[in-house]
Amino acid sequence: MSETYFAMRDICKSYHVGDEDQMVLRHVNLSIEEGEFLSILGPSGSGKSTMMNIIGCLDVPTSGEYILRDRNVGELDQHQLAQIRCHEIGFIFQQFQLLPRLDAMRNVELPLIYAGVSRGERRQRAEETLCRVGLKDRLHHYPNQLSGGQQQRVAIARALASDPTILLADEPTGALDQTTGHQVMDLFQELNGEGRTIIMITHDLNIAKRGRRIVNILDGELSEGVSAYD
Amino acid sequence: MIKGALSMFQENVSMSVSNVFHNRMRSFLTILGIIIGVAAVIAMITTVSSVTGEITSQFASMGTGKFNVTVSGTSLKPGLTPGDVETLSEVDNVDGITVSMSSTAVLRHGSAWTDEATMEGRNTFYFAKNPELLERGTLPSVLDEEQATRVCLISSDLQESLFYGEDPLGQTLMVNGHTFIVTGILSSSSTDVIAQAMGNRASQKVVVPYTTAMRMGGNSYIRSLEVYVKNTDETESTISSMESAIQSIFNGRENTYTIINMASMLSTMDTILGMMTTLLAGIAGISLLVGGIGIMNMMLVSVTERTTEIGLRKALGAEPGQIQLQFLIEAFILSMLGGFFGILTGLALSWLLSVIIGSPFTISWSAIALGAGFSAIVGLVFGWAPARKASRLNPIDALRAM
Repeated sequence: MSETYFAMRDICKSYHVGDEDQMVLRHVNLSIEEGEFLSILGPSGSGKSTMMNIIGCLDVPTSGEYILRDRNVGELDQHQLAQIRCHEIGFIFQQFQLLPRLDAMRNVELPLIYAGVSRGERRQRAEETLCRVGLKDRLHHYPNQLSGGQQQRVAIARALASDPTILLADEPTGALDQTTGHQVMDLFQELNGEGRTIIMITHDLNIAKRGRRIVNILDGELSEGVSAYD
Repeated sequence: MIKGALSMFQENVSMSVSNVFHNRMRSFLTILGIIIGVAAVIAMITTVSSVTGEITSQFASMGTGKFNVTVSGTSLKPGLTPGDVETLSEVDNVDGITVSMSSTAVLRHGSAWTDEATMEGRNTFYFAKNPELLERGTLPSVLDEEQATRVCLISSDLQESLFYGEDPLGQTLMVNGHTFIVTGILSSSSTDVIAQAMGNRASQKVVVPYTTAMRMGGNSYIRSLEVYVKNTDETESTISSMESAIQSIFNGRENTYTIINMASMLSTMDTILGMMTTLLAGIAGISLLVGGIGIMNMMLVSVTERTTEIGLRKALGAEPGQIQLQFLIEAFILSMLGGFFGILTGLALSWLLSVIIGSPFTISWSAIALGAGFSAIVGLVFGWAPARKASRLNPIDALRAM
């Protein structure tokens, strides 16, 4: 029997707002195979940020099961969740979230520090991943010396550095112009071509279409395909 | 794993250092409280301990193992007779009694004269107790005392002003119109300590047997005694026996004498200085507390400002403990930096004070250790709460703060 790579079964998430519970995710079922490139498409307020938090192990579901590589995330403690974020998930954010006082290399090294990788190996891996995203000659530039596209590439290198199971991108092109956005998507497709599993959350259908599979989220309910946008 | 933890620690230190130095002005203002507190601690301890040492050694040189008696007596008997002193010297545990009488004198040798000299009458016990008194010549003997001979010792400056460099030994000197033979020269260091402390240079002085002084001045009473004790542990009981002996001399009348015990004054002084040190330490403690609150405030602001960074670090796999460590190290570095500059400032300040007061400047390593220890504790105690707050931030809320 092959291992369950990624599965969400009947996930619900609700928040307390005042006296009543507000359902943000309703009975979500989702499974992903290794090497997929999945776009989760939804307008703002649809619950896609909550999806991202749960997939990224930043938040836990109210009910349902979330299995990541045969582990039930709902049963893990803070320490184990931190370990999963460290080794299994590579985050890419809309606003890049680079630390302004560190150069590109040091930004990419950051997750490796928390993974307990030695300094020499950190340097080597940071350099390799920065070269991989095409920033060979920008290793020691600071974020404010880089264009938006380049900053997002540094962020992608950072996400790749710890060799995660899943690259999790939240509106990765949201802060970029169209051309740069498509360049970043080219890079995503290349990485996927190399066998990297990618989950991308976006509200932009054109960007979502760059994935190999699209699921649609609306009012906390997930459905295959892009019917809501037809 | 240990290697990983160590490298994490190094990373935390270098990140903290970069944060502290990035906001130079703010960091400086934050640690100002610590600087002032530590500087105050160092300056106080150093100064108080050197002043204490100075005072103690001065008092010790005035003598322990003896006490001073000043007798005012009654209107009919305004002092003690040589016979009374004899009686008092037979009190238990008394080693001996020196007497001291002093008056102004007019001195003349040939055509040179002065009317600003002091004549001191002393007894042979005093001469025996102060052998360093004499630079050369001979001291008055017991016979001189019994017969009230007119012999005198002169201070070295009189040798210059009255004898013009001639050897005064064996020469005559007119003291208040009486002819004296100079038998010795006083050493220049023999000016007595109390007189020195009062700013009297006590130069231009002749010392004569006290019997001679009494006969010349027509003054037959002794008012100032110094009582030496044999066993210093029993000084207190000797003092009370002495009190009752003096009282019986004056038929039990009140307020006829005053006794000053240097040893007890010394211990009183020690107590006062100790209290002062405690008080000053309290004030320094308050300023360290204020400094600590300053650091806590800055760290809380820093945690709020860097909420996104904390969220990001958590998303990248930082555990709460690692975040807490990072902020704790930052608070610690801030406060140790304050301690370092505080120690430098404190040393500079105590050097300045030592110059002003005129006491010797010594570096007190215990004070430096105390200053460093205090700043370390302040950093850890006041950095703990903000660091904990940072470590408990929910990564989602933290990332959303962008």
